[in-house]
Formats: sequence, structure tokens, C-alpha cells
Amino acid sequence: MTAVASTALKPILEMRGITKTYPGVTALDNVDFAVLPGEVHALVGENGAGKSTLMKILAGADTKDSGRVLIDGSEVHIDTPQEAMRLGISIIYQEFNLVPYMNAAENIFLGREPMSSIPGVIDFGKMRAEAERVISELGVPVDVRVPVSRLSVAQQQMVEIAKATSRSARIIAMDEPSATLTEHELANLFALIRRLKADGVSIIYISHRLEEIFEIADRVTVLRDGKLVATKHVWETDRDDVIRMMVGRELTEKIPKVPAKLGEVALEVRGLTSGGSLQGKTGEGRRGIRNVSFAVRRGEVLGIAGLVGAGRTEVARAIFGADPIDSGEILLDGKRVTIRSPKDAIRLGIGLVTEDRKALGLVLGMALRENVTLAKLGPLSRLGFISRRREREVASRFVEELMIKTPSIEQAVQNLSGGNQQKVVLAKWLYTQSKVLIFDEPTRGIDVGAKTEIYQLMNRLAQHGVAIIMISSELPEILGMSDRILVMHEGEIAGELSPEEATQEKIMSLATGGR
Amino acid sequence: MARGRASYSQKRERAKEPDSASVSPRPTSGISRFRTIALSRLGPVAFLLFLCLFFQYETGTFLTLRNLSNVLRQTSVNTIIAVGMTMVIITGGIDLSVGAILALAGVLSTAVIMTGFPPAFPFPPDVAIKPQWPLVVSAPFAAGVAALTGAICGVHNAIPIVKLRVPPFIATLAMFSVARGAAYIYVGGGQVGNLPIAFTRAVGEGALMPCVAIASVILGHVILTSTRFGRAIYAIGGNENAAHLSGIDVGRVKFWVYVISGTLAGIAGLLLAGRIGAGDPKSGMTYELNAIAAVVLGGTSLMGGVGSVAGTLLGAIVIGCLEAGLSLMGVQWFVQMVVKGYVILMAVVVDQVKKRR
Repeated sequence: MTAVASTALKPILEMRGITKTYPGVTALDNVDFAVLPGEVHALVGENGAGKSTLMKILAGADTKDSGRVLIDGSEVHIDTPQEAMRLGISIIYQEFNLVPYMNAAENIFLGREPMSSIPGVIDFGKMRAEAERVISELGVPVDVRVPVSRLSVAQQQMVEIAKATSRSARIIAMDEPSATLTEHELANLFALIRRLKADGVSIIYISHRLEEIFEIADRVTVLRDGKLVATKHVWETDRDDVIRMMVGRELTEKIPKVPAKLGEVALEVRGLTSGGSLQGKTGEGRRGIRNVSFAVRRGEVLGIAGLVGAGRTEVARAIFGADPIDSGEILLDGKRVTIRSPKDAIRLGIGLVTEDRKALGLVLGMALRENVTLAKLGPLSRLGFISRRREREVASRFVEELMIKTPSIEQAVQNLSGGNQQKVVLAKWLYTQSKVLIFDEPTRGIDVGAKTEIYQLMNRLAQHGVAIIMISSELPEILGMSDRILVMHEGEIAGELSPEEATQEKIMSLATGGR
Repeated sequence: MARGRASYSQKRERAKEPDSASVSPRPTSGISRFRTIALSRLGPVAFLLFLCLFFQYETGTFLTLRNLSNVLRQTSVNTIIAVGMTMVIITGGIDLSVGAILALAGVLSTAVIMTGFPPAFPFPPDVAIKPQWPLVVSAPFAAGVAALTGAICGVHNAIPIVKLRVPPFIATLAMFSVARGAAYIYVGGGQVGNLPIAFTRAVGEGALMPCVAIASVILGHVILTSTRFGRAIYAIGGNENAAHLSGIDVGRVKFWVYVISGTLAGIAGLLLAGRIGAGDPKSGMTYELNAIAAVVLGGTSLMGGVGSVAGTLLGAIVIGCLEAGLSLMGVQWFVQMVVKGYVILMAVVVDQVKKRR
């Protein structure tokens, strides 16, 4: 902190002694946080550390119990999102705030559309020109005339940023901006952040990917359990130090792979082709798959790498019966099977840990207990009546086994942190005793500690003879956990690598269509 | 709940300890679960008590056995259809056709009482017609026809919803029109009158209606809280995608939910016909709205995933008391409509405010 005081710059934003409690939980405890003009300030911490709460208070989306917020040295009261915007604060959440049916121009000027000379009528020409100007200043190609639902995730993010800059935001907070971006898109984002920074805009950068922080940030603030641990310049610290501060203990983020004994082929797919006509929410992100063939053995972890939109999730959905197959066959234990619905797949012993746990994996309003048993109520019920006692036993067992942090098995899963929610999803599929388990981005958006626990769990499953398919965009995870690596590119398998020969460069080369 | 929350902060201190100890006990039996739900709706219970005392003070006769049993019978029809409506709404759907199904099932089943099974088609316009079969024989047939009519209408609702992905609002709006039209067609614009006194007395004065209502409530409650089917209903309303990917046959569950709703409306149709003494195609108008009001007063979310039959029963009783009490006070029916509208609005607003805290 002394280093900060010695610089001539005065902070553009200061949050002093911010405290926020929810019933029974202290989300923020006397937290100080300051951002300098033109600074990229990383905010890190495990899930539940208080980052989101701090940002919500800054955005006027939630109220603080005590503490002060100062902009340019004078105190402000941010009670509403409108007030935050007026003060030049923009927050770009992980889930974008865009109207999917409107185009980029309409989204950027939503609620403050330029008016023509006729009262109440929007000047669309002017709006489009303005939007194009804002977008071109960002230096990224986005067609402002197509509905944003047809733009890629990266392009939608640009529209969000354009929304912020067009309001001449001076502080832009980005919550996990890289979570769904490919390497190339991430490079674009970083270039853009540097340009914004040169214009004097301050960026608050929230990310779980520590390597990004050392690439882009000037300073880093670490929160843990709602308390400020430290704010440091990135040159004062390193990756291990930040991890240490986050978890409060020594922890190597090294991936603890334990090779298991490989058995017979559990699942084989031949010439799998699907989804000529898939309509997905992410527009360009969803495509079909063509002629996908591979096999997974018992005890094996098969990693599937590739860029977002390469068709990895579609392979999982096709096998699981969630999307119809156009052609190709699926063999389980050497026998051809027909899978028309997830119900068929579950009956045959296949499980799918979906990529988006909130939208696809969990019934958020339901109790933890009900989510755990949802995929396999048969053994818990007689004549259609569920035995609550046995259901509770099952749920309690998994809470203990997976160390799920929850006040009770009756807690609605929407109140759990991301890592614990993911564990509930895993509990559901462990309980079905799947023989083939597909993990789609199993550690996305969860903290370091929970990640390690999930890797260890995969090891245990493999040792018990479960065949695992792991789809991941995190290359260290792919390299660290896989017994074999498939790389997909534009709906097809571009190549297969053994862990010995695989490197990040080789995978990226295959994933981008190289050899 | 309060207990679970209180232990949470301590839990975070000991972070990594396994926390099986924190698993709080919950009521196990169906009855105590019913009580838990009722207690969670203390506001409406208090409001109901207030209503009863207010009407007693104003009229002096509200809290008499005679009046209360009358209220109970008046509430029965709405309760029966609201049970089906609760299930539909928890899946995230809506059933606008129950009032019309009620009318169609009412005319068809009373026709069975008058002309035997199968009923004459079209219904003879002769007003002097006498029952062809003895009531003991025709009554079970009539009940069967009422239920079957409702079930068929339910299937008719479900097929476009499940197979063709027509929004439930539209599919049941169509049936709202079709079923009532069919009821008019069948009786040629008239009604099925001259029902045997024994029948109208059994339905209108005995304990039959409240018994059927209570049976539907118990059945609905047990289905929703204790069966796989009930669990699937909540899961679909809470997150249809997740339910599908957990192996739940979403289409089949929705299908049966609309069939149940239709069937209950059909049964209610025969009872209502008995109470008003005729199979009348005009009966049951706006009953779908009363049922939805009871469901919403009972704390069920129109977004799906949340709700209970116990709450719905409470909602139906509140509406029933309100109507009966206001009538007893001599308040005109159109004034009652205004009062009822604001009570429903108020109840939901109070709920929303509570949730926000």
C-alpha cells in the first residue's frame, strides 16, 4: 500500500471499510479497495471470497451495510445501477446484459436512443453510424446490424464493452471475461484492454486464470472469506504467492494425475454425425459434428480439446441422446446401442456433467438432496413413492464424501457457491454409478481448491474402472489429466495425441486447423 | 430454516471439516409436511382468520355451522380444479380450459343421468323428459363420463403442447373455446334440466362435494410431495433442460399433468351440475381464473418450480370465504369482483415484498 501512496496519482475509485452481511453470512468484512486512473486492477479470490458482492455494491445492484465509496476523492452514494452509470462505472457480468433479438446498435443505445426531429421517433441511421464509430474505435469487427444472438460470445462481449465506452465509462469491471473465449479472442480482448487503459480508463479484472493476471494487470487485490488479504503490484508477487494468499495455505496448482489400469473398451463411437440443423443460443458457437470416431477404455481419461464451437459439446450431447444423431453408431461394451434420449443414456450407464451447470445441470430452486437423486430415483422409491429417509441418507453421504459446503442437505442449490454447485452435479452422476462419464468443462468458473478435489475425484473414478471423457478448454487440465487427447476442429476430429507428445502448442495448432 | 442459516457462519470458520453434523432434521410424515407448508403461509392464515372474524362481526351469522358448510360446498368446485391447476402451474404451464371442460363434462354427464348410457345425441330438447335409468345405475356411469370427458379434453390439450411445442396458454385457450362450444352444440343452446331430486340433494346438501375436494387435495399433496412423478413436476418447472438431461421424460410428465387437470375439471363439472340443478353449458365461466387465483394466493409461482397443494387449498378457502361473507353482507356481486381482484393483487404483492427481504 505504501507503494501506491508514493505515486503521484490519486485513486479514481476508493472503497473504504466496506461491510456487507447476508443472513448468517458475512460476505464482506471491512474491505478496502482502490483503483488508480488508467490502471488494470485484478481482483481475485476463491468462490465466495466476496468479489461478486464487492462488484454488486459498486454497480448499485446491492447495498452495503457500512463503509464509504469515493470517486475522485469525494464520497458518492451508489443506490441504483443508473447512478453507477452516471458516475462512469460499467460492469460487464459473466452473463451479458444484452437483448438477444436486438442488434448491436440497438443494444448499445438501449434506453438513450438518438432521436430524430419527429418527437418519440428513433433516428436509426444516426444510431447505426454512432454504434459503428464506437465499435470501430474498439478495433474489432462486429456487424452492428445483426441481432446479437447471432454474434459469437466474443463479439457479444465487444458489444458490452462498446456499451460501456459509449457511455464514456471511466471504470469498467469485467467479471471472468475470458471464461468463454478462445486464445485468439483473448488476445484481442487484451489488446483492447491496453487501448482502453491508454485512454485513461480503469479496468477491474476478475478472473480465475492467474496467468492472465500477470499478463494484463498492474496490481492485484486478493480477497479471502470476505476479507482483504493484500493489494500488491504484480511485480511484487508471483503466481504461487497469489495462490497462497487466495487459499491461505501452500497449494500447488499442479494437477494430481494418478494413472489407472486400463481395461476393455467401454464406449466406442463410429462415424458419429449430428446437428445439421442445430439452433443454439450462442449463434456461431453451435455447429454440427461430422464423422467422429473414437473409443474410450475403462479407467481411461480421454481428453477432448478444441476451440469453443469446435463441436466438443455436441459430441457429448449426441452420445448422451440430448441431440438427435444423423448417422453413425454407438457401442457400449462392444454392443451396438440405440440412444434416443438422456433417459436411455442414463439407463445404459452414461452420465453427462454439462458445461453450464446453472442452465443445464441443476434445478437451482430445488434442495441439494433433490438434485443429487434426480437422475436415479428408481432405487429410492417403491410404486412411485420416494423414500425420504433413504434419499436423505444418499444426499448426506455425498455431502460428506465430496466435502460439499452447505448448511444442510435441504439448502436450495442456488445458494451454494459455484464449486459446491459443481460438486452437487458430480454427486448426481456418481450416484447413478455411470460406467461412462462425460465431463464438459468440469472446472469452469470454480476455485483452485475445488478444482483439485474434482481432479482427485476423476482419478478415483478411473481407478474404479469408469471410462471418462473430459472436454476442456484449459490446456493445463487437458495435458495434466488425460491418458489420451483428441483435438477437434470445426466439427471433426483433427488429431489424436498421447500425453507424452502433447504440448500446448501442438494442441493449439491442431485446434486451429493446422497439422 | 433459521437453524440452518445460523450454523452457516460457523461452518465457514471450520471450512474444510466434513459437515454431516449440520444436516438438519426435517419432518418426515406427510401430515407434518403439510403443516410445515401451511405454517410457511402464516400471512394468508392470519388473513383468513381476520376475514372470518370480520364477517362474523358484520353479519352475526358467518360462523354458524350452516353457513360454514355452505361455504365449504361453494369452495369445493374451485378447490378440485385448483388442485389440477397447481400441478400444471408448477410445471411452468397454465390451463385456461378448466371452466369450459367443467361445462362440457357437466352437460354430458347429466345427460347420462337423464337418458342412460350412452347418452342420447343430440340431447332431446323435450323439457318433460324423465330419467331413463334408475339413479343408482346411472350415477356411476355419469361420474365415469364426467371424468372421461375431462381426461379426453386434457389429452387434447397435452398433444399440441408436448408434441408440437404449442405454448400451454394457446393450446388451452383453444380448448377454452372448443369445449364450451361443444357443450352448447350438444344441448342445442338449451340445458340438461329436470335432474332427479335425489341427485341434486345428494350433491347440493350432503358431504359429497367437500369429500371429493378433500380427496383431490390429499391426492394432489401426496403426488407432489412423495412421488417420483411429483418430483418430476417440480424439476420440470424449476429447470426443464436440467430435468431432461437427468433422464426425466418431460413430455410424458406434462402429458399426465394436463390429463389430471382435465379429469378433475370433468369431475367438478358433474358436481357443479348437481349443485345448480342442471347441466348448463353456461356454467363454470371464469372458473379458470378463480382456480388460478387460488393457486397464486397459495404461494405457487407462475414461473413454475415452486408451489404446494396445501397452499392452494388455503387460497381457495380465502376466496370462498370472501365471496360468501360479502354475499352475506349483501354486497353486490360486481362490487365483490372489485374486492376480490384487489385481494389477489395484495396477496401477491405481500409475497413479493417478503421474498425481496
